[in-house]
Amino acid sequence: MFEQVKDEDFMILSVAMDADIEAARPWIEEASPDYVTLIDQNHLLSSLYNMFNVPQAVWIDETGTIVRPVETGGSLDIAQEYDQETRAQAKLTYINAVGDWAVNGSASKFLFGPEDAKKRVPAMTGEIALAHAKFQLGQYLRRKGRTEEADALFAECCELHPESWNIYRETAERNERGLAAGDEFWEKVRSLGEKQYYITIDMEGMPG
Amino acid sequence: MVTVLTETSATELEAGPGGSHPSDELWLGSTDTAAITGWSMKPEGFCRGDICVPTPPGKADRFVQGDSINVSAFWDLMGKPAVRSADADVWLLGEGANLRNDALLSLQAPDFTLPDLDGNLHALSDYRGKRVLLITWASW
Repeated sequence: MFEQVKDEDFMILSVAMDADIEAARPWIEEASPDYVTLIDQNHLLSSLYNMFNVPQAVWIDETGTIVRPVETGGSLDIAQEYDQETRAQAKLTYINAVGDWAVNGSASKFLFGPEDAKKRVPAMTGEIALAHAKFQLGQYLRRKGRTEEADALFAECCELHPESWNIYRETAERNERGLAAGDEFWEKVRSLGEKQYYITIDMEGMPG
Repeated sequence: MVTVLTETSATELEAGPGGSHPSDELWLGSTDTAAITGWSMKPEGFCRGDICVPTPPGKADRFVQGDSINVSAFWDLMGKPAVRSADADVWLLGEGANLRNDALLSLQAPDFTLPDLDGNLHALSDYRGKRVLLITWASW
């Protein structure tokens, strides 16, 4: 997907938010990505970066500084009607912006200065921090076979952090294709109302 | 036996000291507390590095008894989540929202270490000197 922007000064660190490594494995092996793919069973990144959905991305420069805080990684909202062409255009706009950064580095027009970047950092609440703690405890208990206790914790997590699709979908029932995308999921998406499933990002040329 | 988890570690310990404490409190010996959390008791209070949280005056017994430290009480005091299983045999000492917000607002990307499919560990900081697009996905 990002092959055209490879560069020795640039890399893609792709992280699977999957409690079950085996669920992620075929995706990783099929894609045989030549970028680095890691597995985050406990959703540590959700806690560290205040993430709540996939794909979400953070741009980090050579010094370890965040130059684009966490945001949707090029997808348009699924709760709204967009034609295929517009969705493809959004993805391409995002990829081209990444490519511009890969090539031009700090001269890229897509970077935010410190003050603009700070304004775009989503605020974590005590409830969200508690949800992440319970989620990690729940994952530990689930791995130990204590599924009832784990499920009770996951239910609490969903109440504490209702905006987190990572928590909801990771712990919801999956269909035969391994997707947590049943009637309940779509009902939740529809109930977002004005809110978006994939929040439109602030990027020049981005449709939606 | 009690298992104490942090975001990056899991430690199994023999039963907590004394055994007479309520199950909603996690009391650990000073050595275990330091090994697991990096925090330890000093004359100034409960400390890690240069940061110290003073023990609330008049309530010292609730926080420290002999060599035992009420880690969950200090966690509460610091605004960090300390959560436990129903039987209190597994605890997780989490990180608080304030620290997370401060870290993100510093714009220094929080470091982490995660495995690849072969179990090799990679830290974000291993890639310092490169521009990194950190992007998540999931099978679900």
